[in-house]
Amino acid sequence: MDAFIFFLFGALTLAGALGVVLARNPVHSAISLVVTLVSVAVLFIQQDAHLLAAVQVVVYAGAIVVLFLFVIMLLGVDHPDTLRDPLRGQRVAAIILGVVLLAEVLFLTGHHWATGAKAPASESIRGGPPGLGNNVERVARSLFTDFLWPFEITAALLVLAVIGSVVLARRSRNADEVLTKDAS
Amino acid sequence: MSPALASIQITATYPLTLAALLFTIGAVGLLTRRNVLVMFMCVELMLNAVNLTFVSFANQLNDIRGQVIVFFVLAVAAAEVAVGLGIIVAIFRRRRGATADDLDLLKDPVADEVAQ
Repeated sequence: MDAFIFFLFGALTLAGALGVVLARNPVHSAISLVVTLVSVAVLFIQQDAHLLAAVQVVVYAGAIVVLFLFVIMLLGVDHPDTLRDPLRGQRVAAIILGVVLLAEVLFLTGHHWATGAKAPASESIRGGPPGLGNNVERVARSLFTDFLWPFEITAALLVLAVIGSVVLARRSRNADEVLTKDAS
Repeated sequence: MSPALASIQITATYPLTLAALLFTIGAVGLLTRRNVLVMFMCVELMLNAVNLTFVSFANQLNDIRGQVIVFFVLAVAAAEVAVGLGIIVAIFRRRRGATADDLDLLKDPVADEVAQ
């Protein structure tokens, strides 16, 4: 059953990823992205990352893709992409680079000196000995003890991102004039 | 389900290989696509591949910290998308182009003509 679920949702992940890259219409790309994200969430559950699977669906599929669709809708850029290639041979070069990258990473994944040996008991991530709690409790305990400082910095980062996007998206008459003067 | 499929044991190599494929698709898409929004989506694909790698290593090495790192990657990805889409909206307000090739303000027009 494990193998069946892995291959089914692995294939869905790759199909969604190919859909993102190959779809001419940005809306279709966004929908394919949802397929990939939900399939990756299922693979997270299979790897005993229950909290992350929920966060993946809520944050990625729920918030980020909707943000993408909002921007596509607001800007009205849902017309198909052109196949015109301004830099000659760029597509071919990109695919060759991709194949080389894939070969390198696959070489690393197949070797124990790169990935390390499997730990003896994987019970402690899943639930484990009493007192450690389930997956959510374990992530929370690690997050609020060892990673408390990065967690606080994340809060600052999110506030900065909100301020930054508001400043960027704000329509400022003054700034627009300066920019058009520059451009002309 | 066929017995051949049932007999396959899912080791850590399988999700790692899948993550490598996902990362490569995202990287090639980022290099080939012209639409800024689709390029952004390809970045998300690459981030997801890395997350999958982190989670499978957390499972294999029996270390919960791999999953905590993914939590931070998700937060940074959310912030990145918010700021990036803000930049895209600001760009689109000034010029109607939907492709990355239109953004050539830093290019020197004189040098370009000389080169041609």
